[in-house]
Amino acid sequence: MSERPVYTEYHPRWYRPRTSTYWWLKRWSYLAFILRELSSIFIAWFVIYVLLLVRAVSHGDGSYQRFLAWSGKPVVLLLNLVTLGFVLFHAITWFNLAPQAMVVHALGKRVPGRWLTAANYLAWAVASALVVWLVLGG
Amino acid sequence: MAKRSIEPMLWMLFSTGGVVAALLIPSLVFLFGLAFPLRWLSPPDHEHLFTVLRHPLTRVALFLVCTSSLFHSAHRLRYTLYDGLQIKHLNELVNLFCYGGVVVGSVIAALLLWRVA
Repeated sequence: MSERPVYTEYHPRWYRPRTSTYWWLKRWSYLAFILRELSSIFIAWFVIYVLLLVRAVSHGDGSYQRFLAWSGKPVVLLLNLVTLGFVLFHAITWFNLAPQAMVVHALGKRVPGRWLTAANYLAWAVASALVVWLVLGG
Repeated sequence: MAKRSIEPMLWMLFSTGGVVAALLIPSLVFLFGLAFPLRWLSPPDHEHLFTVLRHPLTRVALFLVCTSSLFHSAHRLRYTLYDGLQIKHLNELVNLFCYGGVVVGSVIAALLLWRVA
């Protein structure tokens, strides 16, 4: 992980072209990679947001109403809109990548990648439905 | 190579968090971040939400969502700083900041969720 330069006596310096700090702007696939990496910041924001909600709800109706009012402020709305975009990007790319990350065998055959992706999307639908059902009052 | 690296375990936790975040965060952000504030849907009343939150299973689930998503996020951020911005001379500091953040965040989550009563 840590690259320590090894000093070799009488040895010419290796030629190593310097990589630009902005190498990820050169191609769409690189940029997509960095955008997905950036989703990490917004996932951290979501955790903070949910914990603020938990705190507000456990402090009673008054603080819950204050939280709802605060969540309607343009800055918070904008932040959550961007967060939703990044989180969806994360989810979709994550599920599409699943067949490459895991190889599943059943009945002596490899399960086709499409099935794995489909299973992931199905799980996503079920999990989302469960969240909506719990929150909106099942 | 006498010492075993803990890197594989970190990547496993990373992917666990990735799955949890992908499955559960979009719907939660949509509801609490946009649909309720913009009144596309009327927000649940306090009593209902409190009942749901007070259930031990909800609290355990929320705790796992928070910790695993935070870990996922921190691990990814660590590599963003490493590969994306090529901050390689501050490895120790970056690791401390990222994984330290996970520990602090998890403790806060545990306290907040424990106190719901």
